[in-house]
This record gives sequence, structure tokens and C-alpha cells, in this order.
Amino acid sequence: MLQTLGLSSLDQLFSDIQADLQLGRELNIPAGCGEMDLRSHLKELAARNRSTEDFPCFLGAGAYDHYIPAALEQLLLRSEFYTAYTPYQPEISQGILQSIFEYQTMMCNLTGLDVSNASLYDGGSALAEACSLACVNSKGRRKVVVPDTVHPEYLEILKTYSLAGHMEIVLVPSRKGAVDIEAVESAIDDQTAAAVIQQPSFYGVIEDAGPIEKAIHAHKGLFILAAEPISLAILKSPGQWGADIAVGEGQPLGMSLSMGGPYLGFMTVRKSLMRKIPGRIVGQTTDGNGKIAYVLTLQAREQHIRREQATSNICSNQALCALAASMYLTLVGPQGLTDIARRCHQLALYARQALEQAGLRLKYDRPFFNEFAVSITDPAAANRRLQENGIIGGYEMKDALLLAFTEKRTTAEIDRLVAILGGV
Amino acid sequence: MNIPADLLYTKDHEWIRVEGDQCHIGISDFAQSHLGDIVFVELPELDIEVGAGQAIGVIESVKAVATLFCPVGGTIVEINEELESSPELLNEDCYANWIAVVELNDKSELETLMEASAYSEFCRQAETGV
Amino acid sequence: MSKLIFEKNIPGSNAFSLPVFDGGHPAVETSIPAQFLRQAQPQLPEVSEVEAVRHFTELSTRAYGVDSGLYPLGSCTMKYNPKINEWGARLPGMACLHPYQPQDTMQGALQLYYEMQAMLAEITGMDSFSLQPAAGAHGEMTGVLIMKAYHQHRQDHKRTRMMVPDSAHGTNPATANVVGFDVIEIKSGARGLVDLEDLRAKMSDEVAGLMLTNPNTLGLFEEDIEEIAAIVHEGGGLLYYDGANLNGIMGVARPGDMGFDVVHVNLHKTFSTPHGGGGPGSGPVGVKSPLADFLPVPVAAKQGDTYRFDYDRPLSIGKVKNFYGNFGVIVKAYAYIKALGGAGLKEACQHAVLNANYLRHRLRGAYHIPQDRLCKHEFVATSRNQTPQGVTTLDIAKRLIDYGYHPPTVYFPLIVHEAIMIEPTETEARQRLDDFAAAMEAIAREAQENPEVVIQAPHNADIKRVDEVTAARKPVLKWEGS
Repeated sequence: MLQTLGLSSLDQLFSDIQADLQLGRELNIPAGCGEMDLRSHLKELAARNRSTEDFPCFLGAGAYDHYIPAALEQLLLRSEFYTAYTPYQPEISQGILQSIFEYQTMMCNLTGLDVSNASLYDGGSALAEACSLACVNSKGRRKVVVPDTVHPEYLEILKTYSLAGHMEIVLVPSRKGAVDIEAVESAIDDQTAAAVIQQPSFYGVIEDAGPIEKAIHAHKGLFILAAEPISLAILKSPGQWGADIAVGEGQPLGMSLSMGGPYLGFMTVRKSLMRKIPGRIVGQTTDGNGKIAYVLTLQAREQHIRREQATSNICSNQALCALAASMYLTLVGPQGLTDIARRCHQLALYARQALEQAGLRLKYDRPFFNEFAVSITDPAAANRRLQENGIIGGYEMKDALLLAFTEKRTTAEIDRLVAILGGV
Repeated sequence: MNIPADLLYTKDHEWIRVEGDQCHIGISDFAQSHLGDIVFVELPELDIEVGAGQAIGVIESVKAVATLFCPVGGTIVEINEELESSPELLNEDCYANWIAVVELNDKSELETLMEASAYSEFCRQAETGV
Repeated sequence: MSKLIFEKNIPGSNAFSLPVFDGGHPAVETSIPAQFLRQAQPQLPEVSEVEAVRHFTELSTRAYGVDSGLYPLGSCTMKYNPKINEWGARLPGMACLHPYQPQDTMQGALQLYYEMQAMLAEITGMDSFSLQPAAGAHGEMTGVLIMKAYHQHRQDHKRTRMMVPDSAHGTNPATANVVGFDVIEIKSGARGLVDLEDLRAKMSDEVAGLMLTNPNTLGLFEEDIEEIAAIVHEGGGLLYYDGANLNGIMGVARPGDMGFDVVHVNLHKTFSTPHGGGGPGSGPVGVKSPLADFLPVPVAAKQGDTYRFDYDRPLSIGKVKNFYGNFGVIVKAYAYIKALGGAGLKEACQHAVLNANYLRHRLRGAYHIPQDRLCKHEFVATSRNQTPQGVTTLDIAKRLIDYGYHPPTVYFPLIVHEAIMIEPTETEARQRLDDFAAAMEAIAREAQENPEVVIQAPHNADIKRVDEVTAARKPVLKWEGS
């Protein structure tokens, strides 16, 4: 090949890079290895981690240890899906495009809103994009009212995104673990582009979103609801709460915990925001023969066309994670999803009863879905005890442990948890 | 390229039809043909006060997007809502399908706009780069 | 066209079930106030497992991945995704870790994360890395936020503009705008490189920096990079490296040695993690020491034999993503780097460049190649030779589908009329490049002899070309029921 090019060495392929800019040495990275060595190395690294396959996990706080059907894991290995790029060429990408269209439909149905994008990076950045959308399209408003019952990492991400200068986060302290409705109402004014609520809150509490919806709409701002997708099988949907934008972390829908990613940010909006929503969108159309076909659409919103006028720089989606979510929802179906949601809730109820019988009490006496905070004087010590006993404990708050219950947990595991916590 | 003689034009390829204190505004044949199939028009807000050169709307085609600038200062008194559901009207007849009506603040601003002959030359230069 | 999953509904056919529950069955209605409850189940597909499996398997047959064939998509680096990497990322000890579990229960993962930061720093010549951003565009946003924080920390509040070459990917100007900068476009000269005069004229004390891809989007190395860096640095600006094309210099030259202050790399391009049909990717960001304090939190650190996440970084821009980034993707890229080693990474780059130049050489007769000289990992051709017959770049792209290939990137970069951007990557054998070149040549012949066959393409694909205008004018974005 070099000969064809009239060259005598590979180095000549880089003659356009000045000699003093060339590294001139080998990268200081250990020599490569064959597959068998690599396999041993990866296995050895993995062995030094405690996996939720082997230890019951009561951690939630934004990432949940739900069951993933075997069929999903195997389907996701179809490499036509996972080795493909963004479906720019509809003629050879109908499978991926159709799967995204189905995903969009499912997310609209779950959240009760009109339009879904093809997904965003994760729950936190999806919320930041939603707030950004609200500010950019509000004709000069820049305030976003956010209660501190939103996930602390989401709040961090919001703060970082606001460094761009187009939005100002107004953080409203909560009262007794729930949104302080009066404080939120008084924080909202005619400069407020949006109000946010997380449902259930980071602390597991099911919030009364009604008054906030009324307050923000009275001031012509947008209402953004960050929802947990499995709870939506039994809880009122964002659409029913009157939300203009729903976002959330889609990880519970068939994605492994993977130490925090890759996950799935979902976003759905009311029809009036259809041409403002960031990210990819797939639409249905027809081909030259009149056959139904799918295609990336409404691209005039996007960075490759708008360039320096774009209001989001997102140019991808978490396609494979969105595919996992639609496979998950398909494999469990509406009844299965409802059963899972109910089971999570029932296990949490069982745990509360057991904890109370052991003399412990919930930090907040409020309705919850599958997660709550239990008051504990020294949460770190409690977690260590749990760890010694082969249990991955809860999320450490100042004076409480935040515990989550998925359908994978059993009453026996909860009994063990309570026995250890009761003894602290 | 269709450039009616009785209209005024801007360098952003908008046309203006003056009737008393009111101006109908739209986009020129040059603009619509360069954008290609127009798929969406974001109309100006009604009853707002705008300055000359201010962005008041957006026109989207499949592969491009253009900002609509208000050629003259004034108040938006009417918008063509038909374009919301039928943006293709701008491709079909861009001069019959106006986008908004502006009530002029200052008639002297019209002097900054191009007559058809000047605009025709402007388009020729834009097209050929000469 | 196959039916949507919703159109395959068979009510009651879904047999998903949970284990028997022995903890009592209180009704949800007694523990959650009715005003918080949903009245009707969400509408979701109701199918059996076999129906679901067949549905998604059928969809997969109507997709085209690297595993299906050559994928010369310029700027996207569609190299082969080794299967052992997938295996590693799916080990329960990697895939089943909760992000908040105690750090001493995930030392293996933390070690991997820490080593990955160090290896990326070595490859790019930077001092510190954050693995948090989820994609290239996300990395860009993070990097540009760091630049902003750096200037602001120095009380240099005048720098409100960002320079971007006209050949840049659309995300560069979009990112600058999203982070709150006004964009100044820098012209390319006749040789397809940054016009130094234009750069010099536009650099000022109001400019925060320059975002540059090198090799650039024409596949050309910016030979004046040292002078570019000097102009930007002397003006008080910072130099941002868009790592989309890192595969063209990996192991041979490093952005850090060229004067870049901030870089992002795309693990899903250069480091072989699969693109997933559009994601997930991973876009780590590296910086030189003066900017290290601004990186997102946390960063993995090592104390003795123990690895931990360091949150104590008061000047950090904060977080751009939950937790620690796309760990599952990072595992695959780590495995890739481990398998190749330092020498292997350089070899990968050399062969990527060799393949690109070989294809450029093969195609120069049939297609017009505006910058027909030594390129890096990719090159840009055009359909100018085919224009007299009325054949466009889009037609050629669609005709390639009939020949069994995924089309190259088309109509980008914007500075080249009717661009066809070809990146073969190092994982294609010469024989496969010859096959592809033969297909391209056949299409060029067809364009001369029988242009209609190209203009009407594709002929044997799943579908004909689609009506994008109606899709955007009257959007149908979900299934509304039959």
C-alpha cells in the first residue's frame, strides 16, 4: 500500500507534522496483551468490586437495582443495533429509527405528555436541559425555582449549566422533607421561567405538585416535573399534574447500575414546545413508494443547522439505553410494570413496619413510593455494620439512612437489614 | 427570480409593501428558493413594539433555518396565522403570503430600504459572488 | 415495513411475573392518598416474550452496524468494536455496581477509572482528566465551561467571544453559544487550513479562546499549529482541542505538545467503544495544570494502595452529569487501550492514515478531491465530476447502499461544496478498501453512462428515499392508536 502511494515508510505519512511536534518516543502505556490476558485482568479488577448480584442492595438515591429480564440482555447484544451510528441514512436504519419511534410513544404514554425526544444523557442533565429550554424560550426570564428536595447531584448539574449565564437557580429550602409550598409560591414571580419538582423527591416523598403547578402557571412560567419512571405505573403522571415538561432518569427501565452510567435521560413536552425540545427526534413519514418510513426530523432545531444560534449542543441520544427501555417496557407490559411498582411499594411498607417494630422511625412521616429515610444517629457506622454483614446499605444523610426497595428485595433480606439496623 | 417592482426590500431578503402607515412584510423569492421546502414558520408576537432590524420570527426548512428580522420599527398589528398550519404557502407564493403587518413608527426608515432594481442587483451579486 | 410493537398487541399475552410475596398485600390505595394515584395503566405493548424477541430481532435486521460491513462515515471513526470489551463491561463486578456503594467495595472499578485518567493524559499530553462527560458535545461543553471559569477566576471578564473555524463541526459554535460566548468565525485559506491572517486580525483581549479540530474536518493536519497557539496564547486566550479526529495522530503527536490547553476525546470514536445507534458515548476532558482545579468533581485519586474519589476541589465547575460518567463505556475503552498498549495505539493510527491515503489515491481518478495531498485519517471528495450528469453527493451516497455499504458523511464540512467525507479506519483490510473503491468507481461510471440509476437510488434497500418535508411539516412523533 505504501508503494502505491510512492512512500517507503509509515513515518512518511506524518511528514506534515513538524518533527519537533512529533512524540518521538513510544507512549508510556504498558505493552499490549492478547485476549486471554486481557480477560484475566478484567476479571481480576471486577473481582475486587462487590456486585449487587452477590449482595442485597438497599441503595437508591437516583439509581435502582431493578431486575433486568434475560431476554433484554440478550436482545441488546444484537450487534446491528449496538455497532451502528446515529441513523442518518433512513434507508438502512429503519430498525433503529422505528425502535426510537416506539420508545418516544412509550415515554409519552408513561408521562402523559405529547412529544418525546429520542433521549438525553441522564436524569440530571435532562433536567438542566429542560430548565435551559424554559429560560431560552421565555423572552428574557432567567429565574428557575427549584426546591432542595431535588436530587443533590441534579442541583449540582443545574448550577454548572447555569454558569453559562442564561439562568439563575433559586433554591428553596424544604420543610419536614417536603417542598415548602408557600416558600415556592413566594419565590415565583414574573421573572420566573420555570418551577421544578421531583416526584417522588430525592428523599422518597410523594409531593403535592398541584399548588406549584398553579403558582407557576399563574405567572406564565413552565412547570417541569422530574419523575421516576417505574412509579409512573401507579402514580399520577406529569401530564396529569399539569407539567409542561417531564424529565427523569430512565435507568430503572432495564439498565444495569454500571457504577452510574450509561443511563438514560428522558424528556417529554407539551405539543406547544415540540419545536423547542433539544435532542434527536424521530418522525413517521412515507418513502418514495408511499410506504410508511421513519426518519430523524425537526432538525432545524439542531446544532448542525443552527450552529452558533443553537440553544442546545446535543447531537446524539442514548439510543441503546432508549432501546433497552422500550425492550423493558415491552417485556414487562402494562400489568408487569404495575406489579413491579406495587411490589416495590409493598416491600417498602413491609420494611417500615419492621423498622418501627424494631424501635426505629422514619425521618419524615409522609407518603412514599419505594424509598424513605430512616432516622439513625450514626448512619456511617450503620452502613459499616451492614457491609460487614454482606449488605449494601443506604445513602448516608446527616442523621438518617435513605433506603430503597426494588422488586428484587425479599422480606428475608429486609428482616436481616432491620435486625442489623435495630441493633445499632 | 421574481422581484415585483412595487415592493421594497432588505439585505436579509424580506419584502415590504407600504400602505399608509402600515407595512405588510414577507420573504422574497430569493429567500424562499434558497431555504428550500419551508416546514415551519414561527410567527412574530402580536401587539409588540419592535425596532428596525430586530429578530421577530424564525423560518425553518428541512436543512436550514433563517431568522426573520423586522425591516422597520413599529408595532406588530397583524400576523398571518395561516402559515402556522401551511408553511408551504411561502414556497408557493411568497409575495401573496405576507407574514406580518407592522404599524410604522417612523416613515423615514423606509428610505433605508432597497427598491426592486437595487435589490435585483443585490441578489445578482449574492448569487455570483461578484 | 414491519408493524409497530403496539400494533402487535395481544391483550393478556404477557406472562411477566414476580416471585410470590409473603409480606402481606396492603392495597396501594390505603397507603398513598388517592389524589397522588394514577387512574388507568399507561398504554404499553402487551405481547408475549417470544413476540417481543421476534419484534426486536426483526428490527435489528433492518439496521446497519460496523459488524454488518465497512462504515466509512467521516469524522465518526467507525472502527471495529472488539467483543472482549463488551464481555468485560458486562461482568457483574463491573455492571452491577451501585454508584454510591462504599468506595472500599469498588476498588477494582476505581483503579480502572484512575488508570484511565492517567492513560488518556499520556495519550493527549495533558496533565489531568475528568471522565464525567457523557459524549463529545458534552465534553465540549465541559471544556468550554472550564475555559470560562479560568478567565473569570482571573477576573478577566472581558473575554466574551470564542473563535471557531468555518470548517468546524456544528457542535463547536453551538457549544460556545450554549456556554454564553459570542462566536467569531475564522476563515480557512486556500489550502483548507486556518487562515493565520484572519486569526491574527480577530484575536483580541475579548476572545476567550479558539476551538480547533486537528487534524481538521478536511482530514488535514493544521501545519501552522504552533503559530496558531502562539497567536492565541499571546492574546491571552486558551486553545481548545476537539478530539473528534484524534485517531489521525494518536501515538504520533499529542495535542498537549502542540499548545492545546483543554481537550476532549471521544471514547466511542478513537477508543473503539460501540456507538450504540447514536449513544451512549463518553467524552472525557483533559486539561493542562493551570486549569486542573476547574475540572468537574469527583476525580479519581490514589493514596498508597487505595483509590478514592476526590470531591475536595473548591474551584471545580461542579458536575455535568450524575455520578462519574458513563462507566460502562469507560470499561470498554480501557480494555481497548490495554489490549493495544502504547505501540499498538500508534500502529492503529498509522494504519488508519495509511488506509485513508490509499483510498484517496484509489478514488482520485473517479472523484474530485479538492485537497488532494497527504491526509490523516480521512479525506474529503466531492461529486463535482458527476455534476454535469445531474448526479449529486446524496445520490452517490444512496447508491452506495445498493452496493451494500453505509454511505460516508455527506455535505460536511460546509466549506466544501457537495462534500463526501470518507474515513475508512484502521480496521479495514486492503482487500476491503479495494472492494469499496471498486463500488465507488462503478457508481462514477454509472453516473456517466446511466445517471438515472444513481439518481433514483437506492433500489434494493428496505425503503426508497423518504419524504423529509412532510415529516417536518406535519410531524407524527408517536403512535396515536389505530
